[in-house]
Amino acid sequence: MNIAVCLKQVPDTSEVRINPKTNTLMREGIPSIINPYDVHALEEALTIRDRLGGRVTVLTMGPPQATDSLRKAISYGADHAILLTDRAFAGSDTLATSYILAGALGRLMDREPLDLIFCGKQAIDGDTAQVGPGIASRLGWPLLTYVTKIDGIDPTNQVFQVQRKIEVGREVVRCRLPALVTVVKEINEIRYAPLPDLIRAAHYPVEVWTNADLGLDASQLGLKGSPTWVNKISTPPMREKGEVLAGSDVAPAETARILADKLIPHIVVPNR
Amino acid sequence: MTVQEPTQQQLNQERWRDVPLEFEAIVVGAGPAGLAAAYTLAKGGVKTLLIERGDFPGSKNVMGGILYSYPTHQIIPDFWKEAPLERPIVEQRAWLLAEESVVSIGFKDPGFYEEPYNNFSVFRSRFDRWMANKVVEAGATLITETVVTDFLFDERADRRRVAGVVTNREQGEIRAQVVLICEGANSILTQRLGLQEDLSPGDLAVGVKEVIALPKGAIEDRFNVEKGQGATIELIGESTQGMFGMGWIYTNKDTLSIGVGVMINQLSRSGMNPNTVLEKMKQHPAVRPLLAGGETKEYLAKIIPEGGYHQVPKLYAHGVLICGDAAMLVNGVHREGSNLAMTSGKLAAETVIEAKKKGDFSSVTLKAYHDRLQDSFILKDLKKYENASALLQSNPHFFTLYPKLARYSARELFTVDNVPKKDKQKKIWHEVTSRRGIWNIAGDMYRLWRTLG
Amino acid sequence: MTAKKKKSPKAPPSAFTEKTVPPITDNPERSDTKAHEQIPLESIEAPKNLPAHGIWVYIEQLQGEVAPVSWELMGVGRQLADKLNCPLSGVLLGHDIQPLTELAFQYGADTLYAIDDPMLKPYTNECHSIALVQLCQAHHPEILLIGATTTGRDLSGSVATALRTGLTADCTQLDVDVDNRKLLQTRPAFGGNILATILCRDRWPQMATVRPRVFSKPEKQPERSGAVVWSDLGLDPSKTVMEVVERILDERTEGYLDEADIIVAGGRGLGSKDNFKLVEKLAQAIGGMIGASRPAVESGWAPYSHQVGQTGLTVRPKLYIAAGISGAIQHLVGMQNSDVIVAINKDPDAPIFRVATYGIVGDAATLLPAITQELGARMHGAPLGTERQL
Repeated sequence: MNIAVCLKQVPDTSEVRINPKTNTLMREGIPSIINPYDVHALEEALTIRDRLGGRVTVLTMGPPQATDSLRKAISYGADHAILLTDRAFAGSDTLATSYILAGALGRLMDREPLDLIFCGKQAIDGDTAQVGPGIASRLGWPLLTYVTKIDGIDPTNQVFQVQRKIEVGREVVRCRLPALVTVVKEINEIRYAPLPDLIRAAHYPVEVWTNADLGLDASQLGLKGSPTWVNKISTPPMREKGEVLAGSDVAPAETARILADKLIPHIVVPNR
Repeated sequence: MTVQEPTQQQLNQERWRDVPLEFEAIVVGAGPAGLAAAYTLAKGGVKTLLIERGDFPGSKNVMGGILYSYPTHQIIPDFWKEAPLERPIVEQRAWLLAEESVVSIGFKDPGFYEEPYNNFSVFRSRFDRWMANKVVEAGATLITETVVTDFLFDERADRRRVAGVVTNREQGEIRAQVVLICEGANSILTQRLGLQEDLSPGDLAVGVKEVIALPKGAIEDRFNVEKGQGATIELIGESTQGMFGMGWIYTNKDTLSIGVGVMINQLSRSGMNPNTVLEKMKQHPAVRPLLAGGETKEYLAKIIPEGGYHQVPKLYAHGVLICGDAAMLVNGVHREGSNLAMTSGKLAAETVIEAKKKGDFSSVTLKAYHDRLQDSFILKDLKKYENASALLQSNPHFFTLYPKLARYSARELFTVDNVPKKDKQKKIWHEVTSRRGIWNIAGDMYRLWRTLG
Repeated sequence: MTAKKKKSPKAPPSAFTEKTVPPITDNPERSDTKAHEQIPLESIEAPKNLPAHGIWVYIEQLQGEVAPVSWELMGVGRQLADKLNCPLSGVLLGHDIQPLTELAFQYGADTLYAIDDPMLKPYTNECHSIALVQLCQAHHPEILLIGATTTGRDLSGSVATALRTGLTADCTQLDVDVDNRKLLQTRPAFGGNILATILCRDRWPQMATVRPRVFSKPEKQPERSGAVVWSDLGLDPSKTVMEVVERILDERTEGYLDEADIIVAGGRGLGSKDNFKLVEKLAQAIGGMIGASRPAVESGWAPYSHQVGQTGLTVRPKLYIAAGISGAIQHLVGMQNSDVIVAINKDPDAPIFRVATYGIVGDAATLLPAITQELGARMHGAPLGTERQL
C-alpha cells in the first residue's frame, strides 16, 4: 500500500495578522503547527503501512518554513516528504490549492502508484473542509469524508471499508481503491516517535518541488487562479452592554418568565 | 544507454537515516538559558542536541515581557536587526499604588530609541522561536515534544559522572559528554542530582499575565510615547494587595502585557488566587483607563524562583551544569530573570567549549562556570540583594503602609489650599510618624539601604 | 446552453481507476488573465448575456426527513431571489422523494429540480455529486446554497471543484450586489476575530454553505405550489465505486460541544454535584449540551470533555447559559464569542456579567428549576416532565 498524506501547516493560537493590502493571512513570525486533523491522517496512514507494507509520502504546500512540519511527519515515521513551494502558489484559494496538490500527487504517481490519499477533515485556520474533496474530484477518485474508523482493507480485490460520521450517527461504507479519505480526530491516538527517529528527522532532506517541477497552468495558480477573493474584512460588532434582567428580590418564577421572553426568539427548534 | 548518476538529493534521501546519534553536549530546555547555551555551543563547534518538551521552542516560555538589549547583544550581536521585537522602551515608570491614587516616578530618554537600545518589549514565545532558528542555523540539532526524565551515569572508579539523558520517548536514551540543565523553575532534574533541595513556597513566586489588544495609536496616546516607542510601568503596593511582589504593564506593538508577581506563601496566607490580584489591579482607578476598550487575547502564568542568593544550588558536577531559573538565577528586586538566564547559558557554554579543548568534563574543569558567574553581574547582583527577599517578606508594611503614606504625603503637597508649605510638611511628618514610629521608619530605611543600596 | 458551458469537467468523480491526473481543462475561454490584485466591487462589470440564472437551494434529506437548514436557506434564498429578480429553485435528490416535493414550494421555491433514482438512496458522495453537477451543467444556476452539515460539506467541495467554481464555507451573512449580481458571502475568519466578505469572480454558480440556524426558517405557505423538473441520473449501477453497507443512528444524538448551538454551563457557584444536575436538566429541556467551568470539572461534577475555556474547548453557540460561573478570564476566552450569553451568579461584580447579554443576580441553584420549567413549557407547548422529544 502506497499512501500519500496531505498536510497543512497552520498558524498556532489566535495570533494571526492580516495583510491590509492584500487581505491575505500573514504567516511570518507566527508559530505554526501541523493542522491537528492532519496528524491523525498521518497516523492512520502509518498504521496501515505498518500492517500492509508500502510507503507513506507526506506533502505540504507552503512557504519554506513548512519544512518543520514535514520533518515532524518524518519523525513520526513517514518515509518521504515533499514540500510544494513557489511564489506562484501564494494566495491560492481552495480551488487553486486542490489543483496544485492534485498536480503534485499526479507527479508522485508517475514515480509510484498510490492506493490511498489521506487528509484531515479540515484545517483549523480556514475551516473550509474543501481541499480534500477538491483533490478527489480532480483526480476522479472516490471520496470518503469524516472517517472515524478503517474497518479493513483488501489490497487483492482493491476494496476497503470505513465508518464515517454523519449528522445522525455513522455509516459503514465499502469503497474501491484507490480513494481519498478525510479523517476526524476520533479515528486514532497519535503515537510518539522513538528518540532516534526524532533526532534523525531533524536532518531529513526534504524534497522541494516548485512549479517548474510540476508544470501547472499558471493561470490556475495563486490569487490569479482563485475564483474567490476576500472583498472586505470587518470586525464583528462589539458586544453590546448587557442587560440586567432581575435581581435577587424577584421571585424565581417571575425571573424565569422575563428570561424566557428574551430567549425564546433565539431558541428555534433544533435541527435534529 | 547511459546510466544516470544519482542526484545529491537522492543520495541524501538514502543516507539521512544513517546519521550517527552522537553528541558532545545535550542542552535540556529551549528557554532563554538553553537557547543561549545551545547557540554558543554550536557556534563554538560543539556537537549539540537541544531537547525541548513543548510543541516548539518558546511554546512553554513565559516572562513579563522585557528583553534587555546588552546581554542579548552579547550572545547574538545586532539581534534587533532581525529578531521579532515589539517596542524599544524609552520610558520606565514606577508607580506606588494606594487604594485610589498613585505616586509616580519615571525616567524617559529618547536616546533609548537608538541602537544599541536599552530594552525591548517582546513576546518570549515568539522571540525564542526565532532564536531557536538561529540555534539550528548555527548547527545544533533541535528536537521538541520530548521530556527528559532522568540521567545516564558512568560509574567509573570512584566517581559518578553524568553521561547522557533518558527521555520519555521509546529508545529514549542518548549519551553525551556533558549535559546542560536549563529546565526552568521546576528544577526536577536538578533535584534528582541532589544539587537542589525541594523548594519551599517562600522561594517561589507566581506571575500571571494577560495580553490585552488595543490599537497602536491608543497605546501611544495613553503612554505618551512616539510612534513605535514603548514604555513600562512597574506597580508596587496596592497592585499586589499589599503582598510582597510587583505588578507591571508593558506596551507591545498592538497589545499591552499586564501582570502581577506575588510570593506563593503570601498568596496562600491571604487566601487569594493570583487572578484575583491581577483582576483587582486592572480595576485600580489609575490602571483602568490604560486598558479601557481592550480585549484580552491571552492569559499566561509562570512560576518564578525567587529564593535569591542563598538558594542558588551547586551549579556543576561531573558532566553537568545548571543554568537559568533551574539555578535560581533570578533577581527579584529588579525583576530580572531572562537576561540572567541567557547570560548564564552563554557562560556555561563557554565553559564547555574550554572543557572540550581540555578533553575533561569533570567537575574540576566545569567549576570554571561557577567562577565565571561569580565574576559576572549575575552572582554579584544576587549577592548584593541576598537579604532583600527576607527583609521585604518579613516587613509587609513596605507594601501596605508606605504606599499609603506616600499617597498621603503627595496628596497633601499637591493639594492647593492656601495652607503654607511649611505647615503642610509638619502635618505630613506628624501623620507619618503617628502611623509608624520614627525609630521604626528609620530602622526600615536603614535596613532597606543596607539590603538594596 | 451556450457554447461556453459545453466543455465542463471532463472527468466526473466516477473515473476512479485513473491513476494519473486527468487533464484539467478549465474554461479556456474564461482563462481569466485579469490582473489579480484586489478589484473594487464597483469596477466589476456584470457579464453580458449571463448564462447563469436563478438561485438554487440544495434540499438535504435523510430517509424522507428534510434537514431544517435547507428550509432556512430557502428563506434567505427567497430574499436574494427577490433582490435579483430571478427565480428560486430547490434541488432534491433521492429515491421515493415525491412526497417531499410539495414542501419545497411551501417553503418558497418557484421551481424544483429533482432526480429520483434508487442509486441516490442512501446518500453517497459519488452519486449525489454527479447528480448535482449534471443538474448545474444542464440549467446553470447563478447561485447555489447548501447547508453546512456533514453531508452538505461532503457534497459542496466535490461539486464546486468539478464545476471549477468558488465555494465559501460556513457563511453567517448572505447578500447580493444587485448591479453586478455578486453574492456577498460573509463568514467569520481567524477564530471569529474578524468577518470576511468573500466574492466569487467570473465563475458560476457562486456557491456557499451556511451553518444550521444562522437564518430562521420561513413560514410554511400551504397554498404555494410550482413545477417540478424531473431529470434522469443515467448512471450504470454496476459501475459505482462506493456502497453504504449499514447506517447506525445514534440513540442519544449527543454531538460535539464545540459544534453545539445551545450550551448550558455550570460552575463552582452551584455548590454541589447534585445542583450541577440542574444544569443537565435545563440543557435537556432546551436541546442544549452541557458545559462546565474548570473548577466544576476539577470537582468531578462534569467530565473534562465538557470543559469550556483556555484549557478546555472554545465554543461559539447561539446561546450560552452560564450558571454559577464567575467568569475567570480562562473561562471567558472559551465562550465570549457566543451569540447570546446569559449569566446567573450571586456576585453582582462577577466578571461573567461583563460579557453577558442578559445577567441575573441570584442563586443559580434556585433559579435553574424555574427557568427549566418556563423554557421547557414554552418550547414544547407542554409542561416539562411529559418528556416530549425535540
